[in-house]
Amino acid sequence: MDLYTVSSNFLYVSFILYLVATIFFGATIGNKREANTKSKASKIAITITILGFLSQLVYFFVRWSAAGHAPVSNMFEFIAFFGMMLVLGFIIIYFIYRETILGLFALPTAILVIGYGSMFPREISPLIPSLQSHWLYIHVTTAALGEAILAISFVAGLIYLIVKVDQTVRSKQTTWLEIVLFCVFATMAFIIITSSFDATGYEAEFVQEINGTEQSVEYHLPPLVEPNNSELVSDHFTTGIETPAWMHGADAGSKFNTLIWSLLGGLILYGITRLILRKRVAAAIQPRLSRVNTDKVDEIIYRSVAIGFPVFTLGALIFAAIWAQEAWGRFWGWDPKEVWALVTWFFYAAFLHLRLGAGWHGEKSAWLAVIGFVIIMTNLIFVNLVIAGLHSYA
Amino acid sequence: MKKIKCECGHINHEGTVLCEACGKPIEGNQHIDGNDENNVLEMRYEGSARRSKTYKRTFVDKTWAFFSSVKVGVWLIVLALLASAIGTIYPQEEFKNSVLPSSQFYEQQYGLSGKIFYQLGFHNLYSSWWYIALIALIGISLVICSIDRFVPLYRALKNQNAKRHEVFVRRQRFFSESENVSDDDRKTLINNLKKRRYKISEEDGHILAEKNRFSRWGPYVNHIGLIIILIAGILRMFDFMHTEGYVWVREGETKVVPTTEQQYYIKNEQFVYETYSREDERFQEALKNEELDVPSNFQTNAIIYKVKDEVIPGQEPELEEVTRGEIRLNEPLTFDGYSAYQSGTQLRSEYNSISFKVENGEGEELGSFDFKTNEDQRYYKLSNGYQIEIQDYYPQFEVTEEGPSSFSKYPRNPGIIFEVSGPELEGERYFYLNEDVVPLIDDPVTNVTLEDTELITASGLIIKKDFSLPFFLIGAVIFMIGVAQGLYWHHRRVWIHPKDGSLLVAGHTNKNWFGLKNEIESSIDGTSIKMVEDQQEKL
Ligand code: HEM
Repeated sequence: MDLYTVSSNFLYVSFILYLVATIFFGATIGNKREANTKSKASKIAITITILGFLSQLVYFFVRWSAAGHAPVSNMFEFIAFFGMMLVLGFIIIYFIYRETILGLFALPTAILVIGYGSMFPREISPLIPSLQSHWLYIHVTTAALGEAILAISFVAGLIYLIVKVDQTVRSKQTTWLEIVLFCVFATMAFIIITSSFDATGYEAEFVQEINGTEQSVEYHLPPLVEPNNSELVSDHFTTGIETPAWMHGADAGSKFNTLIWSLLGGLILYGITRLILRKRVAAAIQPRLSRVNTDKVDEIIYRSVAIGFPVFTLGALIFAAIWAQEAWGRFWGWDPKEVWALVTWFFYAAFLHLRLGAGWHGEKSAWLAVIGFVIIMTNLIFVNLVIAGLHSYA
Repeated sequence: MKKIKCECGHINHEGTVLCEACGKPIEGNQHIDGNDENNVLEMRYEGSARRSKTYKRTFVDKTWAFFSSVKVGVWLIVLALLASAIGTIYPQEEFKNSVLPSSQFYEQQYGLSGKIFYQLGFHNLYSSWWYIALIALIGISLVICSIDRFVPLYRALKNQNAKRHEVFVRRQRFFSESENVSDDDRKTLINNLKKRRYKISEEDGHILAEKNRFSRWGPYVNHIGLIIILIAGILRMFDFMHTEGYVWVREGETKVVPTTEQQYYIKNEQFVYETYSREDERFQEALKNEELDVPSNFQTNAIIYKVKDEVIPGQEPELEEVTRGEIRLNEPLTFDGYSAYQSGTQLRSEYNSISFKVENGEGEELGSFDFKTNEDQRYYKLSNGYQIEIQDYYPQFEVTEEGPSSFSKYPRNPGIIFEVSGPELEGERYFYLNEDVVPLIDDPVTNVTLEDTELITASGLIIKKDFSLPFFLIGAVIFMIGVAQGLYWHHRRVWIHPKDGSLLVAGHTNKNWFGLKNEIESSIDGTSIKMVEDQQEKL
């Protein structure tokens, strides 16, 4: 076995371990609070989580030695690393607060994140000159750790909202909460659909005309929408609907097509779940979380921001600036990725001030934690895939 | 200034909410921090007198109160956040990567929304006056709100007594009252707190256990860091702090370094361009999907010279080598406060020399000549008295309405008209373009063919001088110290208040109540002291 295969296997193992740990964390939700931290299930759960994390560390370092550079240089590697940091962030917060319910939500989040990242090309790619710097490792790893700890506040916020939002009547809050949960289904749908068609090796080809030149565009999912101004050249089914012209950039059509597949798939999964449950998804989960100590969860929302904010500042702004200074002679250049790091930073600064200065506790701060995660994901995914800039890897 | 004397004897400033020394709520001022009769006291600023809450009459008072409000601060931050995000919808002007002027680019590329984006000036959002004004307002707000709170908070924390008023103790968030507590139990509690690194002070049997007070200064320290960064940003606008230039240097060429007042020259000895080998085992899989080779290195081997002595106008300056080195992406070359960064490349995009071979009618070689694009040699001698005359040279050939001309002075697509003449030969003209030689007369006697062309690379270098960097770095370091101080440590206090045979215990922290609760819980372990209760209304 070559190093690449070894490292991939370790990633696979950690993926499985996170799944198993989730089940054990699930087994603790019936326990009384005091019994929880000492219960056998929670001890097993956290041990397996740590083993999973260690296994992913092995993946990371083996892949590093195979590539000759730290595996944080493309979309797959970065998202997998972010998932690993999410688990680390959870482990840290777990040992401060001993809140097992956090694991039941944090680990599936990490699993989804890693699963999502695995849909991008996984080969080891060479490092282009602009990434050849030690600051790549320092900046990317610290920034990812900061974002991951901040994401723990999202996990806690989600738990808080599921427990606290009144499910007896329909309200704005219940609707938004369902939308958040729908996104989870859509992500699952994305992973299922992409990997299924990947396994069959599906490939449709278009020729698209961009600014007078013809380019070939490949689809790996059946085209629900075609590229703008294009012609199907392979022998496949197509709907004939075109991607709107204002969507620009490489592969706009294929990305838009994938998005539609994920949303449709998510709708089907969500719809089936609703049919089975016969009530809102959050309303179905709520009674199972009745033993959760919401004051503690509320404090976790705040503490994870308090812990993550300095790490994020250091990694995503300060180290980023030092690297940019060395690489391009300017420590700040208003590149979209940089701007979104700033937006994230402003957002969490506002969060801290609202909490401390305006007394935004409870549901308000839980919603802020959810929005914060949306901003982080925007920077991680949307900016990379849609807004092209110096940082776009994929 | 009006002073307020508390029953404990301490003289407080006007506007004080809780006596600095004993903590007793000062009647008539409770509305300031929104305290009501029975609830937990607002402890954020220790009930100290803040200017913004005390004086509200004059214009200055009102401005002060406006900028020191956290609500205003948050609004400013949120506005800056939204503005920053909007600027990323479409590329900023500097990234638009198109030859079209902005007035057309945004509309053509993005339609109506692009036109609006341009017309609102969002294509230069981050240098617009209102964006800068927004950041400046945040700066002002930061300064004012920090001053407004720092001084009173400092005084209140310095003047606090161990002996507190009963009301103060009872109205803390964590509170318990235990009867018949033995002296041993009391001592156990104090010792346990000591073990957890609380500092103990005592006054008439009243105890204050306190730790990590320095954490309260965290926000002020981090705000100072931010202010230093903003000041550095202002300093950077001045030339003596920061200059920037850009220069293209061809291989073999020596050029004046911009922004150095003609004092420095740079020579590009060689440009190195390397790509990853497709045979490289590590990357084989990934490289299969790449149409073009993936670059692994852009590098300029450069020599920096400094001008010696005075420059006499019209004369070539005398140069002295200062340093030499390799400039790569991520590895700038620095000299005397300047740094040169690898920025652009025009790979083999310009012709350095073009060589031709000339034969006579019998196919005998008359010699060859080497046209150099950067020299103005007009005549080349061949053998047997033949010679070449360069008649016209267009570095970047194009045909316009006025006939042939050159688009630029850079030899990117040279066109050359030259004449071959000799002892028994009337001039025969030839035209060179696109690696091809075409005779301009019918049936020429001589025969000219292209022998070789040599292409060179031009390297684009950014030249920077930036003395503001240390200021930014100092600001950033102070910011990090401040946030760590304020967010990773927590100010915790426990008051032990004896009262007619019972013992009141109260606790306060500015954050992490969970941690304080654990500490109190383990400190009273094994005593008859009751665990404190959380008096805050449940969320
Ligand atoms: C982007 C700019 C800013 C950043 C990054 C920032 C950062 C911080 C941080 C990290 C804290 C500590 C929060 C906590 O302990 O939970 C804090 C506290 C505070 N900030 Fe800011 N701040 C900024 C702007 C402002 C502005 C404009 C104001 C003006 C109103 C302000 C007023 C305050 C106040 C009053 C506190 C609380 C101090 C205390 O209660 O001890 N901040 N700031």
